[in-house]
Amino acid sequence: MNRIAGSSRDILYHDYKRKLVPPVTTVLAILLGLFPIVVTMPLGPDLGFLFLLSWRLLRPEIWPPTAALAFGLFDDLVSGHPIGQSMALWTSIFLALDLIETRVGYRDFWFDWLYALVAIALHIAAAWYIGVLMGSPTPFVQLLPQLGITILAYPIVARMVYGLDRWRLA
Amino acid sequence: MAPPRRRRTGQSRRAQYGRFVTYVVAVGGVVVALFLLILSMLDPRAFQAVKNLALDVTAPISRAGSFVVSEVTSFSQSVGDYFEAGRQNGDLRDQVRALEGQLTQAQAAQLENDRLRALLQLRDTTADEVAIGRLVNSSWDSARRYAILSVGSDQGVAYNMPVRAAEGLVGRVVTVGHWGARVLMIIDGASTVPVRSARDGTPALAVGTGDSELRVELIEVGTNPFRPGDMIVTSGVGGIFPPDIPVAEIVRIEGDFAVARPLAAPSRIDYAIVQPLYQPAAVPPSEGGSAPTEAPR
Repeated sequence: MNRIAGSSRDILYHDYKRKLVPPVTTVLAILLGLFPIVVTMPLGPDLGFLFLLSWRLLRPEIWPPTAALAFGLFDDLVSGHPIGQSMALWTSIFLALDLIETRVGYRDFWFDWLYALVAIALHIAAAWYIGVLMGSPTPFVQLLPQLGITILAYPIVARMVYGLDRWRLA
Repeated sequence: MAPPRRRRTGQSRRAQYGRFVTYVVAVGGVVVALFLLILSMLDPRAFQAVKNLALDVTAPISRAGSFVVSEVTSFSQSVGDYFEAGRQNGDLRDQVRALEGQLTQAQAAQLENDRLRALLQLRDTTADEVAIGRLVNSSWDSARRYAILSVGSDQGVAYNMPVRAAEGLVGRVVTVGHWGARVLMIIDGASTVPVRSARDGTPALAVGTGDSELRVELIEVGTNPFRPGDMIVTSGVGGIFPPDIPVAEIVRIEGDFAVARPLAAPSRIDYAIVQPLYQPAAVPPSEGGSAPTEAPR
């Protein structure tokens, strides 16, 4: 592959690709929540959150914690959560990851999965608790299948994000 | 990727301050978001205008895709039907035999019903409808059970209107856009529907459990009069839901309450009917009066 840009148009194209692939894929993943399925039980993983988390764990430098605020607001509007839910949860998770990463000087895929596991569990539990506070006292047991599926979906989403990252920087 | 050993951004004061400001904004954002969340909890209709707008933008996406999905699901259904045809044939024959007997009973009951109605001089209540729409999406990645309906305020849908399918009650409208509406389904934990037993009229409350079932809680304490197989219908108490819409079938009894399965399974219904808000008349309407809503029968 030719790594030397031929023209200023090439440079512009690669610049935009490098910058836009992470936010655009995350927004698309959030929009997947609108996929026309009508179900009686929460089963699918929250793909928007998984994509955001995968990008954040792979490339901590591309987004400041404030980016999670914007993505959270968008997710709240799209999926009909009470406004503020994803904003607060996602930004808190970003801040917590920043705190942890500067203290743990070691990273590999298993560590990423461990962080993702804790983040997913906290996210699902907090969303459930907000639901309870808003008058929807459902038993937490119902969310266990979704929790399992989301944790198992993380490596798949992470693979997709790694592929996108390679394509983005190619 | 290993993080930098030193936590300082570098020698540049500007970079350090920039980093610091980012964190201040992020923490402030979390505080603001929590504040918005508390506002939403205190007033579920807060930010309704923003939510309505967002629904208008996103509803067409779900609507466009729903054709594809219904084709796929009906295809898998027909393949399954093909392989089970023999057994189903036998089952259906048994059912027809059983139903023939019930039909005769039903006709007798109908006749009696007509006679009694004529005595009471009640006119037949045809379910007046505001709009008919398609259920195009439900939240499949969160614990709340919402669905999106393909009609909105342009078709006359308004906040809190009851939504039903041909089979039974689906839920009520909580967010209205111009061409889409979000429906709180009766299986959501925050949904409570006043119901009564179709057999003996025992009043109860049907509370959602968040999965595919309802908890039917008795209002009067005593022995549980429900039996598996009982039908429950809306009672019309408290308004919103008009009386006598089928809601669910009791599947089992658990101590003080019963567990029921909704008749309108959200995953199988395509079309839903939005009905006007029901307001029980304080005074029964006069004979032949044209009151907009019916008194409870």
